[in-house]
Amino acid sequence: MPKSSYKQQRNILFGLDSFGDIPVDKDGNLFSHAAAIRQVVDEAVLADKLGIDVIALGEHHRSDFSISSPETVLAGIATKTKRIKLASGVTVLSSDDPVRVFERFATVDALSNGRAQIILGRGSFTESFPLFGYNLQDYEILFEEKVALFAKILTEKPVTWEGTTRATLHEADIFPKTESGYIHTSIGVGGSPQSVIRAAKYGFPLMLAVIGGSPARFIPYVELYHKAASEFGTKVDEIGIHSPGFIADTDEEAVSIAWPAHKINFDRIGKTRGWSPMQKEHFDQEVKNGSLYIGSPETVAQKMANTIKALNVNRFDLVYGGGPMPASARLHMVELYGKKVISRVRELLNG
Amino acid sequence: MDSPRPVLGILGAGKLGIAIAQLALKVSYAVFIAGSSTAEKIKLSIEILTPGAIAVTAEDAIRRSDIVILALPLSKYRNLPVDLLKGKLVIDAMNYWWEVDGSISELESASSSSEMVQHFLPQSRVVKAFSHIGYHHLLDDARPLGVTDRKAMAIAGNNVTDVQIVACIVSDLGFDPVLIGNLADGKILEPGTPLFGASINEVTMRKLAGLDNK
Repeated sequence: MPKSSYKQQRNILFGLDSFGDIPVDKDGNLFSHAAAIRQVVDEAVLADKLGIDVIALGEHHRSDFSISSPETVLAGIATKTKRIKLASGVTVLSSDDPVRVFERFATVDALSNGRAQIILGRGSFTESFPLFGYNLQDYEILFEEKVALFAKILTEKPVTWEGTTRATLHEADIFPKTESGYIHTSIGVGGSPQSVIRAAKYGFPLMLAVIGGSPARFIPYVELYHKAASEFGTKVDEIGIHSPGFIADTDEEAVSIAWPAHKINFDRIGKTRGWSPMQKEHFDQEVKNGSLYIGSPETVAQKMANTIKALNVNRFDLVYGGGPMPASARLHMVELYGKKVISRVRELLNG
Repeated sequence: MDSPRPVLGILGAGKLGIAIAQLALKVSYAVFIAGSSTAEKIKLSIEILTPGAIAVTAEDAIRRSDIVILALPLSKYRNLPVDLLKGKLVIDAMNYWWEVDGSISELESASSSSEMVQHFLPQSRVVKAFSHIGYHHLLDDARPLGVTDRKAMAIAGNNVTDVQIVACIVSDLGFDPVLIGNLADGKILEPGTPLFGASINEVTMRKLAGLDNK
């Protein structure tokens, strides 16, 4: 696609994503879970004032993250904000009930005057399965069936459905209805080709979670999505990417804040998964060529613009505040993103 | 290369299987790849993500290849067709990931997950490789022979000739092969070890694997 067409055809959306990582205060003490949740609300309010398009909150069910119920936090944000879209990122549909998910997001949609969005995913963490009584062996079927049901529920007409993963529904009408008649729903994908095809099958927008390695390796996945959508005859209108990052006034400052927090975060998760501890060399490599968008506003903007062009996506969600980071640095990051980075990325794309 | 390249049959068309196929296609290997069900189901993804590879059933991938690469979740290893794999050189790229695989009782009596696989495929020649580098680093880290910043890939196997064949493939696909010992030694590549997930050069790997003292 020629550069100039970005201006005419594409309105790129910029988001901020969080799992409610636990920040630290100025003395290095960890926030409580409750305070960490309020921090995210403050950040979302600031993001709204700055005109950032979306805040997306993901669920975790472990001590190092405060958000297990994204839509409840989104409801809190809803009544304090005016414009920003309120998304999950992701809703682990496999271990949830599609009917309930709709009810909760339709409620957020009401509270926010139509700003709720859902990103459905299988989740790369598995702690929600035993917690809610699901068997990991059913990973595939749970998602497959529940996405199919959810696609029906989203039409907001009475639903008749039969499957193996929840009770049968017969002409079930689900409330509240939304004012627009539809909740914007995407599918989050981590690199499984079948998930990309599934998103295309239902005509759901695609959200690529690219959390390591070169973003360019996802170019064929975007192509796969387009190709599959054309085979299914569905419409492709939004492809987004979700990647982690951090912004400070200078590159050095950004790295000095992000590296220790990122390492703690990665090593803690790695412990349960058997990864070896993160090395600085690997981190630097990810910052330079991989999927960590860390640096000054200019550095991050350049990198984001390159990725957006390479993958030809129209939404970029920056996952911010990974690990125990100072709360003030997180707020400053939101400010830099909203005031400097987004406008600079637009300039680079349209220039 | 002087001798003709072996044809690869990859079982598993998920993230790992696709990454290995992409590496192999880059250096012009012939690749057959199979998912957990029909060829039709993976046809589109294979066509676009790994152009040149041929989507087939698992049975065909085994029949039409010289070397089979296992890139499926370890918990599915019992579905492997034991008879068809008789006599084959089988590269085990799988890892035990308890979160997904659940508890596998046979693992407790085996000294390594690859030994368990070898035990299940008694007449196949199992070699462990492509298991300790994360699938999202395989593509970024691969470098042609002769480049200075090549990364190392560990290989474990019981038969010297088979290990050498796999070492050639590993080198072709972009990594310096490091032979760390037999299948039981493959334990030091499993999740929870310093080598698991490590994307390092040969010198560092030899040190971490304790090979310099041997």
